[in-house]
Amino acid sequence: MQKKIIKLFILLLIVFVIGVFFISLNKHSIYDTRSLIGQKITDIRLDHFSKNKTITGEDLSKNNFTLINFWASWCKPCRDEHSILLKLNREKNLKLLGVNVKDKKNNALKFLNDLGNPYDELARDELGKHSVNFGIYGVPESILINKDLIIIKKFIGPISKNDYEYIKNTVRK
Amino acid sequence: MRTKIIIFFIILNFNIVDAKTFLIDSNKVFKNLRCLICQGQSIADSNSEFAQTIKLIVRDQIKDGKSEKEIYDFLIEKYGEWIVYKPPLNKVNFLLWLLPYLAFVTGGGIIFLLLKKRYNH
Amino acid sequence: MLSNIGNTLLFLNILLGIFIIYFSFKNLQNKKISISKNIYHICLFQSTFIIICFLTLVAAFIISDFSIITVYQNSHSLKPFFYKISGTWGNHEGSLLLWVIILTIFSFLFLLYNKSHSRNYRIYSLIIQNTLILGFLFFLLFNSNPFSAISPTPKEGLGLNPILQDPALAIHPPLLYIGFVGSSIYFSAAIASLLTNYSGRLFAHSIKNWVLISWSFQTLGILAGSIWAYYELGWGGFWFWDPVENASLLPWFAMTALLHSLIVLEKRNFLYFWVIILCLLTFILSVTGTFLVRSGILNSVHTFANDPSRGLYILVFLSLMIFGSVLLFFNKFKNSNYNLNSNSKETFILINNWFMIFYLITVLLGTVYPIFTEVLTDHKVSVGPPFYNTVIIPIVILFLFFMSVGPQTQWIKNKFYNLNLLFKILIASIFINFSIIYLFKSYSLISNFIIISAVFLIIASLIDLYKLFKIQKMDSSRVISHLSFGFLILFIGLNYNFSLEKDFNLKLGERKKFDNYSLEFKDLRLEDFKNYKAVIGEFKINNSQRNLNQSLYPEIRIYENPSTITYEASIRSGLLKDYYITMSNIDRSDYYNIKFQKKPFMMWIWISVIFISLGGFLRLFQNAKKDY
Repeated sequence: MQKKIIKLFILLLIVFVIGVFFISLNKHSIYDTRSLIGQKITDIRLDHFSKNKTITGEDLSKNNFTLINFWASWCKPCRDEHSILLKLNREKNLKLLGVNVKDKKNNALKFLNDLGNPYDELARDELGKHSVNFGIYGVPESILINKDLIIIKKFIGPISKNDYEYIKNTVRK
Repeated sequence: MRTKIIIFFIILNFNIVDAKTFLIDSNKVFKNLRCLICQGQSIADSNSEFAQTIKLIVRDQIKDGKSEKEIYDFLIEKYGEWIVYKPPLNKVNFLLWLLPYLAFVTGGGIIFLLLKKRYNH
Repeated sequence: MLSNIGNTLLFLNILLGIFIIYFSFKNLQNKKISISKNIYHICLFQSTFIIICFLTLVAAFIISDFSIITVYQNSHSLKPFFYKISGTWGNHEGSLLLWVIILTIFSFLFLLYNKSHSRNYRIYSLIIQNTLILGFLFFLLFNSNPFSAISPTPKEGLGLNPILQDPALAIHPPLLYIGFVGSSIYFSAAIASLLTNYSGRLFAHSIKNWVLISWSFQTLGILAGSIWAYYELGWGGFWFWDPVENASLLPWFAMTALLHSLIVLEKRNFLYFWVIILCLLTFILSVTGTFLVRSGILNSVHTFANDPSRGLYILVFLSLMIFGSVLLFFNKFKNSNYNLNSNSKETFILINNWFMIFYLITVLLGTVYPIFTEVLTDHKVSVGPPFYNTVIIPIVILFLFFMSVGPQTQWIKNKFYNLNLLFKILIASIFINFSIIYLFKSYSLISNFIIISAVFLIIASLIDLYKLFKIQKMDSSRVISHLSFGFLILFIGLNYNFSLEKDFNLKLGERKKFDNYSLEFKDLRLEDFKNYKAVIGEFKINNSQRNLNQSLYPEIRIYENPSTITYEASIRSGLLKDYYITMSNIDRSDYYNIKFQKKPFMMWIWISVIFISLGGFLRLFQNAKKDY
């Protein structure tokens, strides 16, 4: 009897392992930080792009929704998403906070002059250190947060048309 | 006499260890962090934009006197557990830490039982 | 043209495999003692055809026949001749063909060299082995065909990944495959042994040389991979606990356990079922490793282009193998009586197995755990070097002590000889450790114990060696392997402890000072080579205390076919230590990221591993001499 249980246990274990392997074969396994959705962003401190002041969490909790967009003039996909950001600028409930990452000030200004400035506020992160507080690992990346500074969605890579629709619907609700 | 000699040498060895000043080695921390945008590389091995930034952050935090654990916890909070190569002991990972030792104890137990059986004969 | 030849040969091999199985069953029904000549002949044909088939693929690579997809994707007409050849097995399809060759040749040789054993046992081994061969041939022909044609024929190939163009990596797959694909033969033999009740000493005798062959080659294969990682990946280490490396280590643990318990089976005629488990486990782990690596479900530096259908095929094959063998085993398993003395050699060999299984479970768990968390909880975790170091290293210390004591015991008897001597050795090793640490002035608790235990093993083995020398008994293979293992752990311990690593950014002309060293970035130039361009830096290392003055030239290489950037480490290898510099550019700045490392005793780590496997080859040679 005892032997039978052991044998059964071993067989079930094998079935279980093979089953897991089988499922994982069809599972996408590219890592991103989307699992952080629902968390509150703490310790927000960003240097303003031109003025001598610090943007903090308090400033952001005044907005109903904030889209924090991390970008740089040297990043090509940032150009692709720029037109969508300009469109998003028209949303009433949404403020856009741009964070210029690891960039030269002049290049960034030229970029905004050429393509238009979609941002309600602009911050600067010269060494990329502050972006780490937001769990950023590349540019472009964007985070949609609400009044309570809770992450609603993360957009890794340029914002697409679908993402645009999503943001629009969320903000208008 | 024998035990005394052994104890003497062991104490000698421990003393040397104590003499070491505990400064966190940034390279060691880099090696324990995964470069999220690379193929199976650690922060120490990678030279990507991301790795550069994390190196800056880690060095800053070491300078601020943070402990190794505080640094890992900070990065886990920001990037998830995927970033550390040593999974923290929690609900999901306890089997990973437990099973090897369980196997070790079980194996030892089996050998012990085999020997005991012999004595009983 | 070559594509057709190759396909025909593969097809012929499938037919031959089926013939062999058919004739084998027919042979089982008659009452003759010997195996019919027909079977020998077909097996000879089978081996010959598969070798010709492989040579066809090699030829296609040499003449750059881009009408074959595999050649097109992995070769280039400008590639050096040597790498054209090694490109044959540097890809998924070609390396699978190498699998089949080893399966086939081992099948033939096993048949040929075991004439003294029972007929049915040999025939069943042949049947099982040919079933495996057929399984892989079908996989090769219908899923991963190395001879698939492409039309129209491309003018030029895509080229072999430059980091794979390395001599160590060229010999790495063949060595490794002889190791873990070779283990298939004792998988088949174990099944045959269960089926025909051909157990005990004779079974041990029939497979022991095959275990030795696969173990020795596996050891060398792992070494070649490790050397490649050190020179080519530019991380300055020799083991990264990368999932793919682990996949090659898992069968090694099982083989090592088997190698030892097989001695007990041969000398004392027990542990039969345990030996069977290990035989089955070794090859199952080999196939599992292949599954993990080829299906691409693991995140690793070594990427084979992944394709879920491959994974699925191997997984189905693997499950059939596992269920077949486990059910058969359950059916045949009988409780047998053990007769064990606590201080006898048998016990210590069991202790060896206990540790090997512990290492195996730890590494296996660490490798597949992320897959489980992801599937079951949607939670991604990384299991890397710090996990393995924390779990394994403390246990290695204990292991080394047992390993030193074990060989001092005798069969059956419950008696140590020379407990006194062991105690003296222990004192000596503690003293040596103390002096090493005093001289080098760098230490940590765990490395103290590692060094003590390694020195303990070394001294114990040296005394053994001396004794063997005195009584002119030439059973020195065990001592050589154990001694080298002691040295391996010692050098790893020293290397780990006394490495110096610095990571900083420098501009051309700048100088960086640390410890007693100063490093100067002297020059940076661009050079054109045959198939790549290189940015070469010149760095001057000075050590004020040791009068050291050397230049190192790390490179950033830009390859065009396929377009890749690689970072070439510049390594100054020496008897006592290596200096190691890698350089990489930082985007949008004049600075370069420099990694400087001083790695003591690297060369001795490699040499120790070579000697470990030499022990295996020596034993093989001694066995051969005894038998004929």
